[in-house]
Amino acid sequence: MFAFVLTRIAQGVVVMLVVGFIAFSLFNFVGDPVALMLPPEATQADRQAMREALGLDRPFTVQFANFVTNAVQGNFGISLRLGRPVSALLVERLPATLELAFVAASLALLVGIPLGVYTGLKRNAWSSRLLLTASLIGVSLPTFLIGIFLILIFAVWLGWLPSFGRGDTVALGAWTTGFLSPTGLKALILPSITLGLFQLTLIMRLVRSEMLEVLRTDYIKFARARGLTNRAVHFGHALRNTLVPVITITGLQLGSIIAFAIVTETVFQWPGMGLLFIQAIQFADIPVMAAYLCLIGLIFVLINLVVDLLYYFVDPRLRIERAGAEGH
Amino acid sequence: MDMLRRFLDGDVFYSFKRSPLTMVAAALTLASVVAALFAGWLAPHNPFDLKTLNLLDAFTPPAWVERGNPAYFLGTDDQGRDVLSTIMYGSRVSLMVGLCAVALAMVIGITLGLLSGYVGGRLDAFIMRVADVQLSFPAILIALLIDGVARVALPKDSHDALAIYVLIFSIAASGWVQYARTVRGSTLVERNKEYVQAARVIGRHPAAIMFSHVLPNVLGPVLVIATLHIGSAIITEATLSFLGVGVPPTQPSLGTLIRIGNDFLFSGEWWITVFPGAWLVIMVLSMNVLGDWLRDALNPKLR
Repeated sequence: MFAFVLTRIAQGVVVMLVVGFIAFSLFNFVGDPVALMLPPEATQADRQAMREALGLDRPFTVQFANFVTNAVQGNFGISLRLGRPVSALLVERLPATLELAFVAASLALLVGIPLGVYTGLKRNAWSSRLLLTASLIGVSLPTFLIGIFLILIFAVWLGWLPSFGRGDTVALGAWTTGFLSPTGLKALILPSITLGLFQLTLIMRLVRSEMLEVLRTDYIKFARARGLTNRAVHFGHALRNTLVPVITITGLQLGSIIAFAIVTETVFQWPGMGLLFIQAIQFADIPVMAAYLCLIGLIFVLINLVVDLLYYFVDPRLRIERAGAEGH
Repeated sequence: MDMLRRFLDGDVFYSFKRSPLTMVAAALTLASVVAALFAGWLAPHNPFDLKTLNLLDAFTPPAWVERGNPAYFLGTDDQGRDVLSTIMYGSRVSLMVGLCAVALAMVIGITLGLLSGYVGGRLDAFIMRVADVQLSFPAILIALLIDGVARVALPKDSHDALAIYVLIFSIAASGWVQYARTVRGSTLVERNKEYVQAARVIGRHPAAIMFSHVLPNVLGPVLVIATLHIGSAIITEATLSFLGVGVPPTQPSLGTLIRIGNDFLFSGEWWITVFPGAWLVIMVLSMNVLGDWLRDALNPKLR
């Protein structure tokens, strides 16, 4: 067990070093940082002084070590486009993205699981078939199109909901939240549906197929033979056993929610990290790109680590298998 | 002729005839591919010929709406370009990028999968580790990162010329893992069969064994994955172009068209963005239905 956790963490560190190296190469090999920071009329002596001040005359490994030390402390320099420290920018944008991702994930779970159970139990009802067909179309629709169509219908034609921005936000210390104001809540509706719809269909289909699988097993038949109510069989026995893969997939999907937040934030001009990153790419704002790269790498490594560990704890079969494999 | 006869009598064609949904999907796929390939002849206007554009025609709504002009069936955009024609030209770019990206991903994935399965050892462990790590990141993110980094790294003046190749590469690099894993799995099985041992005994070069003996035997599942991959590659391309990091505006794809139209959503010119979007969905959906059917039809377990 301990060895398993250690190898997982070691792998995560290696991935982070690779990501860090890519970010570092962005800084140093793409364009000359000295030329970027000095005015064009600077003399050779100025350049040399700048080079030494930035530590660019030192060996490569020392530079990389410095970069990693700075990165770990959250110091990624100053945004070329906005002229402010990158870490401050990211901290400012983080709440918007996290709140959006949280609402989207909750929506996917709270609607997806009941729909999955329903379509699994009533597999031949026309309403189930309708839901399944709709979910197939949902999977084929690209995220940005869902967003555009929702804006067209609910913001342009009906005028019910706002189509861009976060509405009014309330500051709780460094964290700005949209949960506490009516306009903030209204502004969350369309983006979170856009972001959550794909995960919702995915979870629904997953729960349905797991339910169908579990309902065929012997212990369900025995539970029925013991005279338990349908309710107890379906929710106490069947649903509980479908939840292991649902937990894993949801955990892994958190990562793709954050990735697709880039798209959703662009469609809705949502002031989160994803929008910041897209603008950084378009303006070649290297410090912001590097910082986002490292942050997203870290988030993914952490999510994968937690999901792996969860899986290990939730499913005892996996533990035995690993112990057996290590015995060879 | 004989082969055609055999195909028409075969199982695959039988299951095709039995499924009306598949036939509709096939017809739609065929129509969108033909419209894209022959856009130069079929499109009612040439939207990129600046001489024929008339700014007075800009923002004409579709023909069946009030103020519509029958010459522009789906209306015109902000520069007076015919929407139907830009869609046909645009789907050509989308289709080309999607197909090239899938082909490149196949080449990378098959090569690495064969090497991994046939050579084994440390190389296998390394390739599969990289595949694992990459698989834990969503494809769109990988493509976006490669595309973004390449944009910054390449010199500014060659941007537009290289943009399409960068795009193809980034989509391919985000999709090779599936192929590599599948090919590696079947190669591990094939490696120990007699024909491979025989080839080894008569002294054929390992590369020749991999590519001319093993490859034909592991190709089946790969082709099925590829048909399902085309749709998602086209969506990835459209998403990147929508985000403004895909193809250059001089050569708009469906995603670029949707991005352009998105700016006019609020002034009521919905057709500039809705029609390219609908075309994209219909194209991808019918390709996916077709791919799904092919997977089931070729799977002997389901017969």
